[in-house]
Amino acid sequence: MAVKYYFYPLWLRFWHWLNAVLCILLILTGLSMQYSNPDFPFMRFDLAVSIHNITGILLTASYLIFLVGNMITGNGRYYHLNLRTISTELMKQFKYYTLGLFRGEKPPFPINEKRKFNPLQKISYAVVMYVFIPLLIITGWALLFPEITIHDVFGVSGLHLTDLLHLIIGFFVSVFLIVHIYFSTIGATPLSHFKAMFNGWHKTHD
Amino acid sequence: MMIKGMRIQALIWMFFFMIANAGLFAQQTDSIPENVKENQKCLKCHGNKYYSYYNDWVEGDVRERMNPFYVIDSAEYYNSNHKTFTCIDCHSYEYEEFPHPGYLRMEPSYSCMDCHGFGDEWAKFNFEEIQSEYEKSIHSQKHNETFSCWMCHNPHEYKISARTEENIKEVIAYDNAICLNCHADIDEFMFIAERENPNVLETHDWLPNQALHFKSVRCIECHAEQSDTLLVAHNILPKEKAVKKCVECHSDNSLLMASLYRYQAKEERNKAGFFNSALLGEYYVVGANRNYYLNLISIVLFGLVVLGIGVHIVLRIINK
Ligand code: HEC
Ligand code: HEC
Ligand code: HEC
Ligand code: HEC
Ligand code: HEC
Ligand code: HEC
Ligand code: HEC
Ligand code: HEM
Repeated sequence: MAVKYYFYPLWLRFWHWLNAVLCILLILTGLSMQYSNPDFPFMRFDLAVSIHNITGILLTASYLIFLVGNMITGNGRYYHLNLRTISTELMKQFKYYTLGLFRGEKPPFPINEKRKFNPLQKISYAVVMYVFIPLLIITGWALLFPEITIHDVFGVSGLHLTDLLHLIIGFFVSVFLIVHIYFSTIGATPLSHFKAMFNGWHKTHD
Repeated sequence: MMIKGMRIQALIWMFFFMIANAGLFAQQTDSIPENVKENQKCLKCHGNKYYSYYNDWVEGDVRERMNPFYVIDSAEYYNSNHKTFTCIDCHSYEYEEFPHPGYLRMEPSYSCMDCHGFGDEWAKFNFEEIQSEYEKSIHSQKHNETFSCWMCHNPHEYKISARTEENIKEVIAYDNAICLNCHADIDEFMFIAERENPNVLETHDWLPNQALHFKSVRCIECHAEQSDTLLVAHNILPKEKAVKKCVECHSDNSLLMASLYRYQAKEERNKAGFFNSALLGEYYVVGANRNYYLNLISIVLFGLVVLGIGVHIVLRIINK
């Protein structure tokens, strides 16, 4: 029997889609700067810089919406990780996605109002939202105001290290995005999770 | 006639310089160099804001202000390329008289080429080509009468920098100060062109992180035509031809490698896998520093993720 939960209140949906658009713009402009090539200009460099800067600032604002929203609405509780059990839980979920899913088994961690995310979702959302995005934001602002960045770290430009960190995390978030979008197609029907993120209601399998 | 005479004088002078120099080095360690004592005759007036002299008419010492443009910073002077010179190597010995004879005003000054236009000693600088590049430059083209090498190479201060200084930031600051001397100073600018100079900060407001850029690249990176044979390009182009495209620097074959980082830019990719690794020490130039291994790892990881997803999709379709 299908059960419906109102998992995604309006503010969350608003944040999520704003966040998604900003992230995609950031990734595209970021890639075009890093691999700028005069012979194959994907995008004008100065334009890419401007868009990247503006969307980065907007993302900071949107991240604050997420932080505050999660704090005051209690949505944050879905992100709490139990460090003792998480590894065994992850294994189970991983087995389900690689084997169980195709054998028609039931999901090991069925969704209910206490548990919005399965362990894999939980850890990836928590790490991305509470580690990666904040680091990206901090390093991003440091690059925006290079004057305030530490200048010399053992003879290597502080700007360079900052940028390297920014780049590597940016890459992880891009990978997350692809996997995330793909996993969102594993629902009751391939589109049902996307619908959920628009109307707020999550339908369980069957 | 006058000019020709000067030139011969310069040649003779160079000859003596070389002989004198040999002796000078031998005893330099203990004693004050000869020219310092000699120059004190001039610097007692030209080294300060005030000077005094004995006035025959009123029969007494008179104290007066020195024209600030005629004041010479002796610390800078003795740090400059021509620090071993006496003043009267370049100026007439008749300046020892005071008041200076009026006709000395008309004395033409040496040009760099008078002394550096010959001899192997200066070959590495390639003065001839600098001269011809300079003649093509916008400054020379528009203001041939007033402009000269001395405008950028202050005769009493010029110290070679790009070739010898290790710290690139210092080179940049030194070289940019040369241009800003006029381009950020209305009086100096109007001495040459009879109009006000546009504000450099405003004319470059299209450049983001302007303060950082002006500290990290030289004006000549964008404004001079790069030359394969010169360490410092001297052909300042009209503003329409200045580099405006960001990717000229922010790409893997950055023009900076052929200009600013010319001496450092030996290898294409260093051991740690960084392209344009010369840029690594003090800078990070977005787009110009790429890491070969990071690139490789990211492509492989990305490929694996896409592959994994592909396989998953196929399995899902088969199992439907
Ligand atoms: C007693 C002070 C005094 C001494 C000593 C002195 N000068 Fe001067 N010098 C002046 C003053 C004052 C002026 C500006 C007024 C003038 O042109 O006479 C001047 C002007 C000059 C000028 C600019 C002339 C022009 O009109 O372009 C030069 C070049 C110069 N001095 C070189 C020297 C040299 C070289 C010596 C040493 C050999 C020297 N002076 C010694 C006071 C002095
Ligand atoms: C390498 C050659 C050289 C030496 C050495 C040199 N000068 Fe000069 N000096 C010049 C030239 C060239 C000019 C004219 C600069 C110009 O045209 O802008 C000049 C100009 C001047 C002026 C006039 C300032 C002006 O802007 O017109 C004074 C005063 C002067 N020198 C004094 C001295 C004194 C004093 C010394 C020694 C401490 C000295 N110079 C050593 C080459 C030299
Ligand atoms: C009167 C002759 C004379 C004039 C004029 C002259 N120079 Fe020199 N220059 C010399 C001599 C001699 C030396 C070597 C000084 C030494 O080794 O102490 C020298 C040294 C230099 C050096 C330093 C070389 C090194 O290896 O450190 C540079 C650069 C230089 N001159 C550039 C110029 C420029 C540019 C001009 C014109 C703006 C100029 N010179 C005008 C005679 C002159
Ligand atoms: C518009 C300003 C400007 C003019 C005009 C100019 N120079 Fe320079 N020149 C520079 C700058 C900037 C440097 C770099 C100084 C440094 O870092 O050593 C330089 C460096 C040099 C060097 C040292 C290059 C090396 O390989 O180390 C020589 C020699 C030189 N100039 C000669 C000349 C001569 C000769 C003229 C006149 C024909 C001239 N310059 C005119 C700006 C100028
Ligand atoms: C990143 C490249 C770059 C650098 C660095 C740079 N410029 Fe420019 N500059 C330009 C371009 C491009 C223009 C033409 C601007 C335009 O047409 O809008 C220009 C214009 C100018 C003009 C003409 C302004 C006018 O409107 O008449 C001057 C003078 C000038 N620059 C001087 C400097 C000086 C001095 C420095 C060093 C402090 C410097 N530039 C550094 C790229 C650069
Ligand atoms: C002695 C003063 C002086 C110095 C030093 C000087 N300039 Fe200039 N520069 C001028 C003047 C004056 C003009 C204006 C010429 C005109 O338009 O009549 C000018 C014009 C220019 C222009 C604009 C040309 C145009 O198309 O309008 C550029 C670019 C420029 N300078 C770059 C430089 C750079 C780069 C340096 C340093 C390497 C430098 N200048 C050093 C006086 C100076
Ligand atoms: C003449 C070469 C040159 C040109 C042209 C140039 N840049 Fe730069 N840019 C640099 C260098 C060098 C740095 C590194 C500064 C540092 O690390 O100290 C830099 C740094 C930057 C930064 C700061 C990066 C950070 O980490 O915060 C930005 C943004 C930037 N450039 C954008 C642009 C844009 C946009 C343009 C075109 C309008 C442009 N640049 C044109 C040489 C250039
Ligand atoms: C086009 C891009 C994106 C699409 C299509 C998309 C899609 C979705 C969907 C369908 C859900 C609901 C999942 C479910 O019901 O199980 C979801 C949730 C979520 N997404 Fe995305 N997403 C995108 C981009 C992003 C980005 C860039 C981030 C973060 C960097 C992100 C972070 C999250 C988080 C944290 C949740 C859980 C929200 C909550 O319920 O608290 N998404 N996304």
